[in-house]
Amino acid sequence: MKRAGFTTRWLPMLLLLPQLAVIIVFFYWPAAQAVQSSFYLEDPFGFGSTFVGLDNYTYLAQSTEYAKIARFTLVFTILVTFFSLALALLLAVKADKVIRGAKSYRTLLMWVYAVAPPVAGFIGLLMFNQSWGPLTELAKSFGWDFTLGVNATDTAAAMVLVSVWKQVPVNFIFFLSGLQSIPKSVREAALIDCASAIRRFWDVTFPLLAPTGFFLLIINITYALFDTFGIVDTLVKGEPGNNPMTLVYKVYVDGFRGNDLGGSSAQSVVLMVLVLALTVVQFRLVERRIHYT
Amino acid sequence: MDHAVLILGSLFLLVPLLMVLQTTTTPDLDTIKNGPQFVIGNRIDDNFMAAMFKASGFSGENTGMRMLMNSMILGIGFAVGKIVIGMMAAYALVYFRLRFATFAFWLIFTTLLLPLEVRILPSYEIAQKLGLLNTYTGLIVPLIASATATFFFRQYFRSIPEELVEAARIDGAGPVRFFIDILVPLSQTMIAAMFIIMFVYGWNQYLWPTMVTTDEDMYTLVRGIKQLTQDLEGTSIPQYGRANMLALIAILPPVLIVIFFQSWFVKGLTESDK
Repeated sequence: MKRAGFTTRWLPMLLLLPQLAVIIVFFYWPAAQAVQSSFYLEDPFGFGSTFVGLDNYTYLAQSTEYAKIARFTLVFTILVTFFSLALALLLAVKADKVIRGAKSYRTLLMWVYAVAPPVAGFIGLLMFNQSWGPLTELAKSFGWDFTLGVNATDTAAAMVLVSVWKQVPVNFIFFLSGLQSIPKSVREAALIDCASAIRRFWDVTFPLLAPTGFFLLIINITYALFDTFGIVDTLVKGEPGNNPMTLVYKVYVDGFRGNDLGGSSAQSVVLMVLVLALTVVQFRLVERRIHYT
Repeated sequence: MDHAVLILGSLFLLVPLLMVLQTTTTPDLDTIKNGPQFVIGNRIDDNFMAAMFKASGFSGENTGMRMLMNSMILGIGFAVGKIVIGMMAAYALVYFRLRFATFAFWLIFTTLLLPLEVRILPSYEIAQKLGLLNTYTGLIVPLIASATATFFFRQYFRSIPEELVEAARIDGAGPVRFFIDILVPLSQTMIAAMFIIMFVYGWNQYLWPTMVTTDEDMYTLVRGIKQLTQDLEGTSIPQYGRANMLALIAILPPVLIVIFFQSWFVKGLTESDK
């Protein structure tokens, strides 16, 4: 709110109206409905629903299948986050250093940002084609008989690889802009004080990049949890079978295919709580970030 | 050494795309037998025509042309809708004295916390109740229901010096005048940056379009990907040339926009921060 604002009464209401209308109809209403139907058991043939209290939640808590999917999602998230951050950091540090071709490298390393996740999954299917996929061949040359869609571990490996491929550019862009905002004087001082490039990186550059890193950590966790839906869906070709899946994919499979509205809603609510927790962590880190710089 | 790492990284990202590109130039039988090779064939025109004008599926309506148009409508409609609604709301929040401003602020910015994926089924049911399935409105409007652009413009408006609005008021400009003649022109770069990010975001949507559009003539390119994977699994000869060409067509517009407007895009991305 600016100190010198306007005082017209009706105009701000009118300006806020479209935004409020859209979020009330398509955000608060569905969110409330998800919470509500998580307490109900929907008749699979559409004949009404019965209040079952916390049954959907206790069922989830006791389901070994759900626990398995949650465990997979955790491992998947850790792997995707770690590799895409590490790879992007390495590339950003190098791209920040070179002078010749700096712009071309930047372009070559960021364009994948604009590729849609399912399209990335589609390319993954090509790379891991059973009869001639270049990556299947590569795995074979190491004695790894890679079967996408059949062997759960192999499918998981492909999911991680494609998700990392898709996420490296975002992290690269943020790391590079973080590196470029480190003042020249700091770099020069470090250069005078310390001859070893590796020590300069860990003692000076890395701590200064930490705020960007924290921020990206949350972004990447959210990405691995939610935005990889398209990658998972195309890599398993819409047929989960015994393939691994993420929690979000399970919400979709149970609710949309299995018509288990209550169970799916309970899962949605679990995810909502998870995201809210992440956001609280993020806000605390953002506060710290302000102290840092 | 630095260059070696960067070249390897670039190749890691680029080679898969080149392989897709290669398979669009050769006859399907070559691809079925050998996969991507080191030759450039002469079938690129045929495959392009097949991708753009031939349809798969039952209705014969989901040609590449049709899907490209739908993707454009989704990308542009989403970006424009988001920017217009966001700028209006941000203007109201920053420049007006409002009694319920804090409440409106929290109502709006809570939406940043929950992605569409966690409320996808009830959203679908509501779209169904409102008769929005298989309509452009149903495709676009529910996606707009978050406040990313509003947040971004709010931050930007707050960074504009107070003197500007004071000067405008002394000169007799009303709130509408100030918005249209001063604030919008001043925000041009920000609008451009937001447009690029939102266009790419809208274009790349998958889950929501998959649920809300079942008529083949409403498919977007990204939504159509699922059908392509199923086509390649089918009993007849898989049309790799056509399918991979369609994947390329789905990739190119957002990628080109990001490359050509790189500086705006990076600015928008790193400054919105959320």
